[in-house]
Amino acid sequence: MSRSKIITPALLAIVLLLLLSAGPALATGEAVAAFKGNKFIELSVFNAVFLFIVGFIGGMVSGFIGSGGAFVLTPAMMSIGVPGLVAVASNMCHKFPKALVGAIKRHKYGQVDLKLGLTLGISASIGVEIGIKIQKYIQHMWGEAGSNLYVSFAFLVILITVGGYVFYDAWKSKNHTGPAAPPRLALALQKINIPPMMTFKTAGLRISMWITIPVGLATGLLAATIAVGGFIGVPGMMYVIGASSLVASASELVIAFVMGFVGSTEWALVGNIDIRLVLLILAGSLAGVQIGALGTTYVKEHLIKVVMGSIMLIVAFSRGFAIPKYTNQLGLTHVAKGLIPVLNTISFYIMAFALILGAAIILGSMIKAMRHKPAEAYEKVSSLEKAVN
Amino acid sequence: MAKPNAKKGKKPYLKALLFGIVSLVLYVLVFTNEQFVRETWAKGGVYAVLPLATVFVFSFIHGNFADGLMYLFGLTAKKK
Repeated sequence: MSRSKIITPALLAIVLLLLLSAGPALATGEAVAAFKGNKFIELSVFNAVFLFIVGFIGGMVSGFIGSGGAFVLTPAMMSIGVPGLVAVASNMCHKFPKALVGAIKRHKYGQVDLKLGLTLGISASIGVEIGIKIQKYIQHMWGEAGSNLYVSFAFLVILITVGGYVFYDAWKSKNHTGPAAPPRLALALQKINIPPMMTFKTAGLRISMWITIPVGLATGLLAATIAVGGFIGVPGMMYVIGASSLVASASELVIAFVMGFVGSTEWALVGNIDIRLVLLILAGSLAGVQIGALGTTYVKEHLIKVVMGSIMLIVAFSRGFAIPKYTNQLGLTHVAKGLIPVLNTISFYIMAFALILGAAIILGSMIKAMRHKPAEAYEKVSSLEKAVN
Repeated sequence: MAKPNAKKGKKPYLKALLFGIVSLVLYVLVFTNEQFVRETWAKGGVYAVLPLATVFVFSFIHGNFADGLMYLFGLTAKKK
């Protein structure tokens, strides 16, 4: 299928989703609502530099693993006084252009399966709507604390199980050279012949559209619940659909673009985006995302899984510290009130550590691989010289 | 980038310089008119097009500047 045959219906589908959507607030699952009150903080030089640095580090992680670099940004913005709804909206508005630049970069490296990304992006946008409906139902039944507790448990259960498996798989394949064989589950699912069958050329696989839909829906559901759909999207593409970690993480950027664009439009319509914050974050993240994308051409494929698995597990651990606040509110526990803000601060710093660790692994591996590059070239020239002589 | 600019016959430093200047001018324009920009861009409704269009423009300009800068620093993709 030619690219224009994919892009035109995909763009039409995005426009249709924009018209139909009741309000996908992807990042927290909150309904899109205009923020009443003073939206804008006074920007100091410290705040501007802080946003630039967080954007840069987050961008690098996103460029490398496809997503997961932005989850620290909402709490980071709130920590400098940005109201929650403005922070969520501004974070999302920076995510989709960053994903676009990252996707273009990785497309040039031949890693993006555009058709796979767009197919999942559309079903993920529907998943977001379902996720918001579930959130609203829980909020209606058990209030704000119940909703927050649901989000925290989703964090713990999904990140520990999926992240744990990704990490285990990375560990298993650490000594493996060359492209990894597709997982058995994906191979079995590829044999199910329920029309319409879809061929994904870059990913090098053929699978029923009905298998791709649940992966997209789950990605959107997670995006609406914990803000990072890629923690399901990338493993889903790897273990359910059968794409390599390189193609999965690159195509996730396309999904992030589609979901982010739809969500940002909703937030822009109610006027919650603080463009100054978005542009300061973008100043760092547009460079970071390209460095992260570049890193994928230097490292072994299993490192994408190592970074993703590590971040998922540490983030799950950090979320554990936020749970007593909500169980207290529901009357399930009686943790001392003075301890709650301390636990929240610990949770935030552990989350920031996860991001910094991810960036450090990426940079460290890239520098190591770049140092080997001249040496490899020298060895090749030497061996050629010997052969000629 | 997989296909560095040098291959296309363009001077990579020129690209970084040009996009860098435009990017800087845009950032200066936004932050010298901070109050007007932050409020107009957050009016909602039809004004929603402003933040969305702005991020597209900045991604193109600043993204290309970052790309050119990376090339100048020798950060190019490994050929596999």
